Amino acid sequence: MEQFVAVKRSKDGQPVRYLVVDDSVFARKNLARMIETFGGQVAGEAGDGMTAISEYERLKPDIVLMDITMPQMEGIEAAEKIVQQHPEARIVMVSSVGYQENIVAALQRGARHFVQKPVKPEVLYEVIKYVMGEDGTAAHAAGAGA
Amino acid sequence: MELRLTPRARGPEMRMELIQPFINAADAVLAQGLQSPTSVANLSMEQEAYRRKGVAALIWVTGDIEGRIVIDLDPTTAVRVASRFAGTELPESDELVRETVCELANQVIGNAVTSLNDQGFHFRVHPPVLHTSEHGPKSSEDTEALVICFETCIGNVFLNIALRHNCTPNPEPAAAVGH
Repeated sequence: MEQFVAVKRSKDGQPVRYLVVDDSVFARKNLARMIETFGGQVAGEAGDGMTAISEYERLKPDIVLMDITMPQMEGIEAAEKIVQQHPEARIVMVSSVGYQENIVAALQRGARHFVQKPVKPEVLYEVIKYVMGEDGTAAHAAGAGA
Repeated sequence: MELRLTPRARGPEMRMELIQPFINAADAVLAQGLQSPTSVANLSMEQEAYRRKGVAALIWVTGDIEGRIVIDLDPTTAVRVASRFAGTELPESDELVRETVCELANQVIGNAVTSLNDQGFHFRVHPPVLHTSEHGPKSSEDTEALVICFETCIGNVFLNIALRHNCTPNPEPAAAVGH
């Protein structure tokens, strides 16, 4: 898999920490591999919306990658609940269903961006840089440079 | 990738406008995941109950469009595809192989749903389930299944589609769910 210029946190130069939420183990592993190539760190994983909320509270990640359809609680509802408690939360929805209402609903309820599956690493990378904004910097680093 | 059914192969209930988005989605998802182009090797209609070929994921659809879609790979191809998607060699017994086939189905159906939603179809996509029995159900008594064999660089992937729509699509975009 292609390597990207590492995206680090501007405030301390540390890797961006991610919470990966998807009921598919395969999808989580796939995203984790991409995160590695971005120079990021998977702080935690969750397989449903309820767990995502508790894991967010525990880990306070920089970015959440959130699937939509999951057991117990769907991703859009979980995103809304997280953002209600933490308006600063950066949540990127990752779903194979990319029709307009789904995207609008996710954005209206607090998500910062939407990426359609199958995820292209270069697309997700650009979204991560955009969502991190001034809180992230892309800089060459050992083991994560292009 | 555009396919046309001959009149003989065309079922009475299933229309190509419903099928084409699934073919396009499967083509795109497989080509991206395998980093290699795919082609349709074979296309046939089946009236018999579904017979599983290997590792299969089944997704039900209800609403304006009703029926089921199965993605099926023989065991060896399933391992190869899962290994390619996972970026590492997986043993045949690995749960990740079955997981990958479910996620593959999920992505294909999700992308097709996105396209059909733009055409105004109201329907619900149910989460994928691993199809483990040797024989499966027909979508309904009066719906044939279209079986599409995609030839990939590491083996054949079968898409078995039995769908029909119940009414004229609403021009307003519809709500649907999926991964």
